[in-house]
Amino acid sequence: MKSKKTTQVKEPIRLLLVDDEEGYVNVLANRMALRGVDVSKSYSGSEAIRILRKNDFDVAVLDLKMEDMDGIEVLKIFKKMDPELMVIMLTGHGSAQAASDGISLGAFDYLTKPCDFKELLDKVRKAYLERKRLKKDDTQNP
Amino acid sequence: MIGLRTNGETYYPSLTQKMVLIVIIVSLTPMILVSTMILGEFKQSYREKVYAHLSLQILKHKTIIDNFLTERLNNIQYLTVSCDFEQFKDENFLETRLAILQNTYGIVFEDLGLIDEHGIQVAYAGPYKLVKAEYADAEWFNEAINKDNYISDVFLGLRRLPHFIVSVKINDGEKTWLLRSTINFTAFNDLVENLQIGKTGFAFIVNREGNFQTKPKSDAITAKQLSLDLIRNDKNPDDVFIRETFGTSVQEEIILVTGFLKGGEWIIVFQQNLKDALSDFQTAQNIAILIIMSGGLVIITMAFLLSTITVNRIAKADKEKEMMNQQVIETGKLASIGELAAGIAHEINNPVAIMVEEAGWVQDLLEEEEFQESENLEEFTRALTQINSQGRRCKEITHKLLSFARKTDSSLKELQINELIEEVINLSNQRAKYSNVRVTTSLDQNMPLIPISSTEFQQVLLNLINNAMDAMEKTGGELDIDTRLQNDDIFITLADTGPGIPEVNLSRIFDPFFTTKPVGKGTGLGLSICYGIVKKMGGQIDVESVINKGTTFTIRIPLDKKRGNTSTPKEKK
Repeated sequence: MKSKKTTQVKEPIRLLLVDDEEGYVNVLANRMALRGVDVSKSYSGSEAIRILRKNDFDVAVLDLKMEDMDGIEVLKIFKKMDPELMVIMLTGHGSAQAASDGISLGAFDYLTKPCDFKELLDKVRKAYLERKRLKKDDTQNP
Repeated sequence: MIGLRTNGETYYPSLTQKMVLIVIIVSLTPMILVSTMILGEFKQSYREKVYAHLSLQILKHKTIIDNFLTERLNNIQYLTVSCDFEQFKDENFLETRLAILQNTYGIVFEDLGLIDEHGIQVAYAGPYKLVKAEYADAEWFNEAINKDNYISDVFLGLRRLPHFIVSVKINDGEKTWLLRSTINFTAFNDLVENLQIGKTGFAFIVNREGNFQTKPKSDAITAKQLSLDLIRNDKNPDDVFIRETFGTSVQEEIILVTGFLKGGEWIIVFQQNLKDALSDFQTAQNIAILIIMSGGLVIITMAFLLSTITVNRIAKADKEKEMMNQQVIETGKLASIGELAAGIAHEINNPVAIMVEEAGWVQDLLEEEEFQESENLEEFTRALTQINSQGRRCKEITHKLLSFARKTDSSLKELQINELIEEVINLSNQRAKYSNVRVTTSLDQNMPLIPISSTEFQQVLLNLINNAMDAMEKTGGELDIDTRLQNDDIFITLADTGPGIPEVNLSRIFDPFFTTKPVGKGTGLGLSICYGIVKKMGGQIDVESVINKGTTFTIRIPLDKKRGNTSTPKEKK
């Protein structure tokens, strides 16, 4: 990134973006990176699982409607692999049922697509703080 | 059903005809059969009764007439026995005897005369001058002189008037004499004329040669002929014969009763028109026919009425069923359109999201210092903001489309009524703008979630809102939509400022197919469907209207029942 404005944080938020819409993932990644987020991109559910297997993330933004895998299935696997991973779901309008299913499966929050970038960033940050808090609790009460 | 619809115009009338025909045949046939049988039996027994009665009358009169003749003969016989023969030659004596006879028996005896064996009347008492009259060539004399006593047939004789003679032979030892008396014809005729039954019944007497012995009242030629046939056939003189035949001049069926008189020399004939004889039966038959006909008329009318009503009901039911089918098809169509719209909306959402984000990215980059100096920076920012806001607009459109698609879901869900109302108002916004209608809402924010079919409920609202818009289309106006919670009931009120509904129509607006819209504009089903849906929810829909002020529809949905449902855990797949 050639951005000068990039906000360097001591511990940048490690974010995994999962959506089969490559264009969307790319532009979101650019904008997130500009705001100091450490972004990894994946264009399918299976790819995301592979990446998560090798790396550690604080937050994942997960599209619920993907060609290769159902977002809910991916969410279940994510939660199995890292129960403390904060997952924000991107849903279509009208799939409120899927969103609430996701929440009950442990997703942190959901947004309807197309969403406002600021809102998304806000939720990502909140999710990160929540993960921090959980980690702290874990270390205090192992 | 499709068959019914296509042949509807001929199907229902022919169905009516068939039903009418079946009912008429099934109910009239036994009635007519039984009535005919009973009438036949009745006619038979009545005829037998009439025959018996007539036979009795004839027998009675036969006896009366025979007795009359015998008595007259006895009167004369008594004279010959009781008086000295020589006295009969004295006309004064004869006159005295005649006077005594007339005093005793009335004017039955017209005269009294003594005739010698040569046929010369020797002595005579009576109204005619018949002394010395000669009877030697008279037919009766020749017969009488050979018999001890004799009753002649009716003849005109010297006086040229109908009469008959009773004579008794006297033998004084040397000569043979005849004491004779003329019997008054009228007196005898009265005996027979007395036999009158009904309007057309009369009797008469004929002798073996076919000469009338009494004066028949009217045409009796046929009767005479038939009676002579009887005599020729040498029937038993004691019997009474009855037969029916056609009169020659009356051209009507007549009934003839015949019996023998005077030991078979005369025949008494009673003739009556059959119709007259059976007049009582005729009356009974007429009454029966009248009853059958009026009964038949009632049956036919009822058959026609009931069949028409039934077929109309069937036609209505068919029509409603057809409409329901249409509705189902429409719903199906709507559902597939909805699915299509949802698909398109989803597909569009992604590119729109990318576009908006890319614009955001460009905006991010423009914030870099190197671009801050650019003279077009403002224009760039404006264009990007525009892309952003248009993206948002796209999002709204796709969301509306998706809301519409979701509407086809008719299963019950826990929903917030206020939200549904707002969605419907959004859908109607454009329409409201064109119709110059201002829609205001006053929604109770404490509305609980209730299990409801959003599709159906929105259909109700959409129908009511569209009706209000239609009503205010020309003049414009206001539509106020209220919700409130009161005594565990949800009230939804839609009040417009339209022209109102006339009172005559007010009671019928929820009837299916009732519409005041021009042909082809309204199906007359909208409010009827609303009514059905609200009833299904266990609710109630009411209308109040004031001409030139507006109309208010109030929907009440009871919460109790619904709340009971909400307390149970939500069913999820």
